[in-house]
Amino acid sequence: MGPQHPSTHGVLRLVVTLDGENVVDVQPDIGYLHSSVERMMEYRTYLQNIALVDRGMDYLSAMANEEVWCLATERLAKIDVPERARYIRTIMLELTRISSHLIWLGTFGIDLGAVTAFLWAMRERERIMDLFESATGGRLHHVYFRIGGVYEDLPDGWTERCAEFCDYFLDRLPEYDELLTGNPIFLARTQGIGILPRDKAIAMGASGPVARASGIAYDVRKAHPYEVYDRVQFDVPVRQEGDCFARYLVRMEEMRQCVRIIRQCLEALPAGEIRAKVAVTLKVPKGEVYARTESPRGDLGIFLVGDGSDRPYRVKIRAPAFSNLYALTEMMRGWKVADVIAILGSIDIVLSDVDR
Amino acid sequence: MSTDPKYVPRSQVLPLDKALEVVDSLPGGGIILTKVEEVLNWGRAASIWPLTFGLACCAIEMMQAFATRFDMDRMGIIPRATPRQADCIIVAGRATIKIAPIVRRLWEQMPEPKYVISMGSCATCGGPFYYDNYSILKGIDQVIPVDVYVPGCPPRPEALIEGFLKLQDKIKKEPFLRRRITNAAAAQS
Repeated sequence: MGPQHPSTHGVLRLVVTLDGENVVDVQPDIGYLHSSVERMMEYRTYLQNIALVDRGMDYLSAMANEEVWCLATERLAKIDVPERARYIRTIMLELTRISSHLIWLGTFGIDLGAVTAFLWAMRERERIMDLFESATGGRLHHVYFRIGGVYEDLPDGWTERCAEFCDYFLDRLPEYDELLTGNPIFLARTQGIGILPRDKAIAMGASGPVARASGIAYDVRKAHPYEVYDRVQFDVPVRQEGDCFARYLVRMEEMRQCVRIIRQCLEALPAGEIRAKVAVTLKVPKGEVYARTESPRGDLGIFLVGDGSDRPYRVKIRAPAFSNLYALTEMMRGWKVADVIAILGSIDIVLSDVDR
Repeated sequence: MSTDPKYVPRSQVLPLDKALEVVDSLPGGGIILTKVEEVLNWGRAASIWPLTFGLACCAIEMMQAFATRFDMDRMGIIPRATPRQADCIIVAGRATIKIAPIVRRLWEQMPEPKYVISMGSCATCGGPFYYDNYSILKGIDQVIPVDVYVPGCPPRPEALIEGFLKLQDKIKKEPFLRRRITNAAAAQS
C-alpha cells in the first residue's frame, strides 16, 4: 500500500502481509520525505534554523517546532524569556494544537467516509489561520518565535478576536459530537478496533494522544512544564480502551482543554517586553542540552550540542510521529484490511515528522 | 471597469431567453457556430481534475484550497484519487530522490493530455532545501515537464487558484485536436 495512496496522509509505504482479509504483518517503509534536516541545521545559525524547523519537521504544527528549538537554545545559552512572550507563546502553541487536531479530524473523517467532517474542520481551521496571519504574517510557516521571545507584539484587537474564536469554537464542538461521536457507522469502524495495550504502548515509545488513549497519563506539559503551563489549569484526558475511538475521544477532549488554556492566558496576559536582548549572530556556549515539549503528536524533543560558535554542532530530533509509527505494527496485526485505514488515520502521523 | 473593448458588463448581457431569441432569428436558427476545438477546450478547461498527491507542507494548503472558503469545486476542479482519472498532477511540496521515480510513474499513468502544476518553492527549485542537502530533488522539472509554477513557501490557496486559472488559459489556447491528428498521421506513416 502506498507510497501514493489517498489515505496515507503523505508518502508512506506500508508492506502489508495478508492472509485472505486478515492482516498478518505490517512493515512501514519510510524515508520518502527525508529532508536531511538534522544535517542542514549544522550549517545554519541559530536564528536561521527557526525557519528551517518550521518546514523540515512536523509542518502541521510549525509553532511547536519553533518552540522546542527556541527552548533548547535558550536553555543552553541561559536566556530569560520575558513574561509577556511566554504567555503569547503558550496561546500560539495551543492554537497550533487545535489547528493540527482539526486537520487530523478532517482527514480521519474522509478516511472513514465522512466528508462533511473535513469541510467543517477546515472551516474552523480557516479562522485560526486568520488569527495566525494577522499576528505572524504567515498561514502555515510563521517563523514567529525568536530566541528569547517572539518576533512582534500582538496586533490591536487580536486578543478580542482570539477570545471570540474560543467562544465560536466551543459552540462548534458539539456539532462534531453529533456528526461523529454518536454516528453508528463511525462507531462500527473505530470502536474496539486497533487496540494498543498499555504495556505495548510503553515498550514502543508511543507518546501524546496515542499513549494517553492507552491509559498512560503522561503529558510533558504537566510532567516537565515549560512556558506558563505550570500556571494554567487544565486536565489531561486519559482513556483506558486503547482503540481508535479512544484516540478520537482524547483528541476531541484535548481541543476543549486547549480553549481552556487559551482563555486563561488571554486573561492573565501581562504587559511588557516581548523579546530579550539577543544578538542576531548568537554564540551559544559549549555544552549539550535536551529540551522536550508536548507537540500535538506527542513528546517532541531536541538534543542540541553547542560548540561555542554561532552554529549548532549537532542536533538530534526526537520525533513523536516516528515512535508512534513503530506502534502501528502492534495495532494492525490481526485486524481486517479495511481497518488498516482507520488505524493509520487514528495515530495521526505527519510524514515530515517521521522522516525529517 | 475593464479597458478591454470587447468587455461587456454583466448587467448588459442579455438574459438567456432573449439570447435564444437572437440566435433563433439568425438564418438556420438555433445553431451556434464555433470551432470544434474551441468547444472541446472550453469544456476541458472548465473541468480540470487533479490527482490528490500531497508530498509535504504545500499539500495542506492544497487541501485548504479544496475545502471550505476557497472551494475549488466551483471551478470544476475536483480531486481524483487515481492517476487514471486525472488530467493534472499538483506536485505539492518537496520531492526526495526516493520519491522521484514514483512521481514519474504516476505522471506516466495519467492519460493524455496531461498537465503538471509545480506548487511551492521546493517543487519548483528545491526551495529552502537547496543548499547543504543530500536527499531533496532540486526541482520536480528534472523528472516531469511542468506547465505552471506556483511560487510561495507555501503558496496561499489563492495562489494555487491563480495557477489553475493560468492553466485554464493555456488549455483554452491549445491546438490539441490538430496536434493529435498530426501525431496520428505521423505514427501511421
